[in-house]
Amino acid sequence: MNKYTERLLNGLIKENPTFVLMLGMCPTLAVTTSAMNGIGMGLSTTVVLVLSNMLISMLRKIIPDSVRMPAFIVVVASFVTIVQFLLEGFVPSLYDSLGLYIPLIVVNCIILGRAESFASKNPVIDSIFDGIGMGLGFTVGLTSIGIVREILGAGTIFGFHVLPTSYEPITIFILAPGAFFVLAILTALQNYVKNRAKKQGKEVIEAAGCGAGCGSCGHNCGTTQAK
Amino acid sequence: MKELFLIAVGSAFVNNVVLSQFLGICPFLGVSKNVKTAAGMGGAVIFVITISSFFTGLIYKFVLVPLHFEYLQTIVFILVIAALVQFVEMFLKKSMPPLYEALGVYLPLITTNCAVLGVALTNVQKSYGILEGVVNGAATATGFLVAIVLMAGIREKIEYNDISESFQGTPIVLVTAGLMAIAFFGFSGLI
Repeated sequence: MNKYTERLLNGLIKENPTFVLMLGMCPTLAVTTSAMNGIGMGLSTTVVLVLSNMLISMLRKIIPDSVRMPAFIVVVASFVTIVQFLLEGFVPSLYDSLGLYIPLIVVNCIILGRAESFASKNPVIDSIFDGIGMGLGFTVGLTSIGIVREILGAGTIFGFHVLPTSYEPITIFILAPGAFFVLAILTALQNYVKNRAKKQGKEVIEAAGCGAGCGSCGHNCGTTQAK
Repeated sequence: MKELFLIAVGSAFVNNVVLSQFLGICPFLGVSKNVKTAAGMGGAVIFVITISSFFTGLIYKFVLVPLHFEYLQTIVFILVIAALVQFVEMFLKKSMPPLYEALGVYLPLITTNCAVLGVALTNVQKSYGILEGVVNGAATATGFLVAIVLMAGIREKIEYNDISESFQGTPIVLVTAGLMAIAFFGFSGLI
């Protein structure tokens, strides 16, 4: 397996940002009311992630270590602004339904996390593939949560009716509490798999995001900025 | 006056920042293990959001709008917030050591709290003036404080419960948050 497919698989499966690392929880909960929103948010984040990984990797020898966090933030924020305008111009319906969460891609832990831990240390092509892998992993995560919520809450997938009309949609799943419940069940499943793997003596990757400690990410960004 | 009150109640309870807008989920899940640290985090968030909504409002109105640079808002706001957090930290350390000791550890964590940027952007989106923006910011942060302290109180009790192995840790906290979100729907009749 060459190193590029390895980067892709790493992002999609081994270190999936949603299911394994549990990063970027705010958009994960907020925009997954339908499968379409999940894909839209996932792909927008992917674009920002790939472009920022690419630019940061190109500039990695130029940016002084002491100001790298502000520099990364400026790079990410510029790409987010570009993506925001593209969405507003070409897919206004998606722009309206994602709303505030598009500019908030800036503070998504995944992007700064990858910039800090991968793009600032690796060559350009590797970083691009890392961005694609991580971004697609995030997209898959958001879309699958979106599909579950849309089926239960509205009886549709991507707007098409899949359940018989006699099915009474459980509206709460497309409202705020539903997001918490779906994610709770997903993390419980993940814990179950992990616990079983641990009992068999396998190595397990711990969550880097919330729960375990978004501290790790926030702390990381905060302390590096303090320098 | 009545409008300001409506903004305050709306942001603090009806559209609670954590439970209905999903901003600031990370600290909400990560720093809610006991009531005391949760209250500290909440206090720090109130402090930073109130100040940052004032400054971002000021910069938007007197710098970005006259220069027609409104499209740079995301970049400018995030940099202002990051700089402000640093500045507040230094200021508190020098001039108010007791407050710094209470809030200090939480301050660096706040830059990545999306609620801060979220409030700044909402203020612009809803075209609030500076006073309305500050009220909105303070109220949103109060909503965060209420949610995180309630959550910490519940988590302290959950510690002693017998929870199935898979649901221990984050999952049971998420279920609790979901139930709290349902409870907060009760406020939606207020306005």
